[in-house]
Amino acid sequence: MYELFKNLGTWLVSGSQWSGPDGIAHRLAEHLQYSLLATLIAAAIGLPLGLLIGHTGKGTFLAINLASFGRALPTVGLVVLVFLAGGLSMLPVYVALVALAVPAIVTNTYAGMTAVDPDVKDAARGQGMRGRQVLLRVELPLALPLVLTGLRLALIQVVATATIAAYVSFGGLGRYVFDGLAQRDLVQVLGGAVLVAAVAVVLDLALSGLQRFLFRHRTA
Amino acid sequence: MTIDWSWIADHTDDLTSLTLSHLEAALTAVLLGLLISLPLAVIAHRVRPLRGFLLGASNVLFTIPSIAIFVLLLPVSGLTRTTTVIGLTVYSLVVLLRNTVEGLDSVPVRVKEAAKAMGTRPLRTLLTVELPLALPVIMAGVRIATVMSISLVSVATYIGDGGLGQLFTDGFQRNFPTPVIVGVVLTLLLAVVADALLVALQYVLTPWKRRRA
Repeated sequence: MYELFKNLGTWLVSGSQWSGPDGIAHRLAEHLQYSLLATLIAAAIGLPLGLLIGHTGKGTFLAINLASFGRALPTVGLVVLVFLAGGLSMLPVYVALVALAVPAIVTNTYAGMTAVDPDVKDAARGQGMRGRQVLLRVELPLALPLVLTGLRLALIQVVATATIAAYVSFGGLGRYVFDGLAQRDLVQVLGGAVLVAAVAVVLDLALSGLQRFLFRHRTA
Repeated sequence: MTIDWSWIADHTDDLTSLTLSHLEAALTAVLLGLLISLPLAVIAHRVRPLRGFLLGASNVLFTIPSIAIFVLLLPVSGLTRTTTVIGLTVYSLVVLLRNTVEGLDSVPVRVKEAAKAMGTRPLRTLLTVELPLALPVIMAGVRIATVMSISLVSVATYIGDGGLGQLFTDGFQRNFPTPVIVGVVLTLLLAVVADALLVALQYVLTPWKRRRA
């Protein structure tokens, strides 16, 4: 066990492991690139949807059940299925990542919108604001903390899933896990797992810290 | 992408045993999670200084991707069912802890004071007053943990377990979509049925909620 940890430590810090096309720096950049792009696409779909449902009150059933559907959907199956259907390209992987990120964004945006005090919305309308003005100037700013929480949760989930996507000949940090498993190289497998876990935890802590900083003047 | 129905007909025995093995892993994890989270939740609820630490630490665990947790357990428990169950227990533990603490918090102080005034001892208050009143919130956690565990079992296919998840690796390696589709559908079906059964269980366990409605 001691030997294993020593080798793992060497693997994680050695300069040769960090450089080159199979180096940690490059794999990390790939991983973040996939995750950010997939989350952006998911946000472009999920944000308007969540805002619309929250604003109009229509489609509430969808917003609530999308979350449990997203939880129930087996990630591995989805990635493999989209891959088999779409062939060897990046597109199917993005489809799977986006499909997993959308529910978290929609449900949290919707939750943020419904938490807005109805009296505040009435007051805005009473001042003569139009529906769109109420949405953009009153509801959205008040819902913003939960909207950002949804985006953060989606990003973290995508970072986790981008690992599994390496299984279907994708890059990113998951490469180490799956190449290591195939080569029975436990040090490489563990190294990949440690890196992925670290990325997810650090991103989550940094973003929730940023959220707390941005909304430090809000009471509730 | 067409479904090969004859493959399904030829493999009903395999599908049944994979489904049972899948369910066993998920349910064991939720039960273990419940056993561990209950005392932790009571501690987090009653000992304020430990609350932030327990909830914070469990949140960090929850952030770690499932594949990473399984893999990091390999030096400890190897390519076994134990690894699958420990990994899944970690996740259900976090969800259950969060909800149980929230449930205990939601019990009105007046109710607890009334129990105290009637001479009920703390342990008895916990078992006969606080936990039953917290049950709806706890059950919400159990439902989330169960659905999530059922979905996550398949990730363990990479460490040689995974129940229905084995259909995903099988289909991928042979470039054959049928097992993958069957695996996804059965997993979703298991989740829906388990969730419905838990809703029914909650209905049975909380008779006072019914009378009012």
